[in-house]
Amino acid sequence: MAEGSAAVPAVSVRDLRKSFGALEVLKGVSFDAHDGDVISILGASGSGKSTLLRCINMLETPSAGDVVVAGETIKLRQRRDGRVEPADHRQIDRIRSGLSMVFQGFNLWSHMTVLQNVMEAPVHVQKRPKAEVRDEAMALLAKVGIADRAGYYPSHLSGGQQQRAAIARALAMKPKVMLFDEPTSALDPELVGEVLRVMRAIAEEGRTMLVVTHEMGFARDVSNRVLFLHQGQIEADGPPQELFGASKSERFRQFIARHAQG
Amino acid sequence: MSAFELLGFGEKGWGALLLQATAMTLAVTLTAFFFGGVFGAVVARGKLSDSMVARVAGDVYTTVLRGVPDLLVIYLLYFGGSQLLSSLYRLVTGETGFIGINAFLTGAMAVGVVSGAYQAEVFRGAYLAIPRGEIEAARSVGMSGWTLFHRIVLPQVLRFAIPGLGNVWQLALKESALISVTGLVELLRQSQVASGSTRQPFVFYSAAAVLYLVLTSVSTWTFNKAESTAMRGVRRA
Repeated sequence: MAEGSAAVPAVSVRDLRKSFGALEVLKGVSFDAHDGDVISILGASGSGKSTLLRCINMLETPSAGDVVVAGETIKLRQRRDGRVEPADHRQIDRIRSGLSMVFQGFNLWSHMTVLQNVMEAPVHVQKRPKAEVRDEAMALLAKVGIADRAGYYPSHLSGGQQQRAAIARALAMKPKVMLFDEPTSALDPELVGEVLRVMRAIAEEGRTMLVVTHEMGFARDVSNRVLFLHQGQIEADGPPQELFGASKSERFRQFIARHAQG
Repeated sequence: MSAFELLGFGEKGWGALLLQATAMTLAVTLTAFFFGGVFGAVVARGKLSDSMVARVAGDVYTTVLRGVPDLLVIYLLYFGGSQLLSSLYRLVTGETGFIGINAFLTGAMAVGVVSGAYQAEVFRGAYLAIPRGEIEAARSVGMSGWTLFHRIVLPQVLRFAIPGLGNVWQLALKESALISVTGLVELLRQSQVASGSTRQPFVFYSAAAVLYLVLTSVSTWTFNKAESTAMRGVRRA
């Protein structure tokens, strides 16, 4: 543990590496996210940005390096064949319940209504009283603008509505950090705006967010810090005003030129 | 006597016995299907396991039991089982004696182990039909183990399995007729007895066919109903 709680990063990633077979996707990534940070993680496809996010909540197990959440290092151990695996599944479950994730493909549970989706984890993982959770869930659905769809099954909603439901589901855990894995990439262009508006509102509440995205507008206007990944390493890192103004990285300038429409 | 009287509920009629036998067929099939569900779930778990040994064991089970005649499994369990128990009895007590085994349970077990091989494949396919992202989403909120299984996996496995299970149920219902070789008085056995004693095989086997069709139609209807309930929220292509 560090000195004061204010100094402890919400998430700290140290020299993180990840290989899939012979392919090394992350080649030593380190950064700290502090409370209230909204960090956009940019990069071309294949740069390792989604893998980085998925290593933070251990949906992928890093090959080396540490992930520290609120001062607590996620315990990993090496198997005899050299592969790394989680050492303590209970620890991971506990840490995950404070790091909720929003996926590119929404991943709502299709056998449950929207309201049941939002209530599921608070009731069955956090064991909170159902009545209280229901009220909160309805409030969250109202906040993301789909209270009138509470009783619908996910397949009867548009992509934008499903993603807003997924954001409500993530918020219901009262997470310390929210992870967004390309939340608008699977959406029809006309539905992107409604999801970004919700994300912006959440960011304005002072929540800590790590957002893997292709939305340059969001990165530039909403986040307070941008990480640009290139071939598994952090190529540029700084506040958006600085990076989007005149980044020292030639690669980042080329990258934003290609995504200029944002 | 007319066919009507033969099948009726009068003094000389076989109606009540046939209905009783139909109930027996239903009971033995339900028991067999339940055994099959238990075996099927265990074997499907094995076939989906990371462990090589469990996967091979699961494959051997489904290959062998789908590959030998069901009648042979019944003979093996019923007659073979009884011989085995008798030898065991002799070994332990030193006395010779014949130990008969319960025809209902053995028959249900025989049809059940075969049904289990088919149900294992149905469950495995249903598990693989669950979108991986939904399981990841459950993990990402800290679900694991039993909670993940019974809240997310099981409800979806069951609903994806219903159409396949309907088929397997139908198979078990028809295979239950084979248990008649053990002397268990189910529908086929009862019709044999009735046609033998009245010399009216056409009447009784036709009646049995109709009763089997009633059972299969009702089960088809039930499974369809269950499917449409379970598929709420699933968009059909």
